[in-house]
Amino acid sequence: MEWEVVIGLEIHAQLATQSKIFSGASTAYGASPNTQACAIDLGLPGVLPVLNKEAVHMAAKFGLAIGAEVAERSVFARKNYFYPDLPKGYQISQFEHPVVKKGYLDIDLEDGSSKRIGVTRAHLEEDAGKSLHEDFEGMSGIDLNRAGTPLLEIVSEPDIRSAKEAVAYMRKMHSLVQYLEICDGNMQEGSFRCDANVSVRIKGEKELGTRTEIKNLNSFRFIEKAINYEAERQIDIIENGGKITQETRLYDADRDETRPMRSKEEANDYRYFPDPDLLPVEVTREYLDQVRLSLPELPEEKKQRFISEYGLSNYDASVLTASREMAEYFEAVVTASGGESKLSANWVMGEVIGALNRDGLDIDACKVNPQQLGGLIKRITDGTLSGKLAKTVFTAMWEGEGDADTVIEKRGLKQVTDTGLIEKVIDEIIANNPAQVEQYRSGKDKVFGFFVGQTMKATQGKANPQQVNDLLMKKLKG
Amino acid sequence: MSLQKSDVEKIAHLARLSLSDNDIPSYATNLSNILQLVAQMNHTDTEGVEPMAHPLDATQRLRADEVTESNQREYFQTIAPAVENGLYLVPRVIE
Repeated sequence: MEWEVVIGLEIHAQLATQSKIFSGASTAYGASPNTQACAIDLGLPGVLPVLNKEAVHMAAKFGLAIGAEVAERSVFARKNYFYPDLPKGYQISQFEHPVVKKGYLDIDLEDGSSKRIGVTRAHLEEDAGKSLHEDFEGMSGIDLNRAGTPLLEIVSEPDIRSAKEAVAYMRKMHSLVQYLEICDGNMQEGSFRCDANVSVRIKGEKELGTRTEIKNLNSFRFIEKAINYEAERQIDIIENGGKITQETRLYDADRDETRPMRSKEEANDYRYFPDPDLLPVEVTREYLDQVRLSLPELPEEKKQRFISEYGLSNYDASVLTASREMAEYFEAVVTASGGESKLSANWVMGEVIGALNRDGLDIDACKVNPQQLGGLIKRITDGTLSGKLAKTVFTAMWEGEGDADTVIEKRGLKQVTDTGLIEKVIDEIIANNPAQVEQYRSGKDKVFGFFVGQTMKATQGKANPQQVNDLLMKKLKG
Repeated sequence: MSLQKSDVEKIAHLARLSLSDNDIPSYATNLSNILQLVAQMNHTDTEGVEPMAHPLDATQRLRADEVTESNQREYFQTIAPAVENGLYLVPRVIE
């Protein structure tokens, strides 16, 4: 029996505002507990929320970027539940009238094709605080610094069919919110996290199976593993004649399994109603037109431009536009190299990404800056360096030995292109190895490699390989 | 629509209200009366009328994204029953 996995994701992106969504407290990460929780965030009596203009602006940018209609009128509602890190007893969210309506995101699949994933809606809401359950002798500690941080909850259609597609969607969304500069994308700090709704059905069936929701996935690797585990668990249950219970589950990375969450509140009986403290939010057509004009070049547009402007393949263009920082780095290298786009792409995707992965660094912490790499590429195109020497220079630059010209000078790595000099070396080698010369001349072509090796050895690898070949060919003929 | 005892108990639990058994019948009656009023309003033809989100015919004013609040933790925590290392302490919420 062939099973099909059906997945929908709810992504929570913390918006990169300075202050909270309904108060003037700071949203900076890592402050001492409760030093950034003001009277509004604490839900003290008599306070009133006032909406942050920038949060609305960021939501509008997002909506336009996914081809969605941005609602000219949206409404905040109260989602009621009791938990100590939610001081008011309700979360201010949006329910019936979200700020962003239906849109979509195209993702790239492994086989090179692309797939369109529907986005049902995206709405603004406030984050809750944090509960710490250790070390307080039977009590829980509550830090409300995060309470009131603006979130954009992005809800996808159940269009995703595998854990890999879920990761591709998540990555693309992660890249998009950073391109738009509406979220810092820091998953370790929880700025970008998701809940996955997973169900299974026999392939070809129309009805959706009963779903479970896996909460709080905050790494691409965990999303993939959690979904794979959960899909297998559900298939096992059904194949053994059981039924899936609709419930919320947590992924335990240490054990690589999902398990039911302790019941936080029975059923999702949130009793939403419009928040009387907040009036409907209106944005005008003119405002949205302005926002549209201010949008940066988006990943998909940038990718298409890289293909047409730099002659890159679809794959290369995807890799180089995966993040805004990567794309900016690449374009700076092209400029610094004097327009060598293909060579720049090869170096960024080869040596640079290789070294970053090896050292576990992001592109913004790259140890070779675009000017340095561009300078290195210039020394390849002008014949100063062979490809092999260039790699040596790159490694030296990575180790902090300065820019390409400094390394070449200091280490004496300049490629030897002086024909007279190479000829002299070759003459000597021919004179010293009469037996091999005889072999070559009697038809043993393989011996040619021996001469190339000897010549490179004698010049410490610095002789221009093409010249060595040409000269050897000529001289060995006799 | 008429609410049963179990409905009242569920609503009370969701709102974290403690009701005595003696009071439940009167709550059931009162709440049912409210629902009856709503049912009556549901009979009104509202075709083409846009639902109100707020009784005031106005739209939300927005504030600039600026940090205007300073740290007043010590002051706020004077009314908290228990604090430690800057955290508010509450009865443990997980087993």
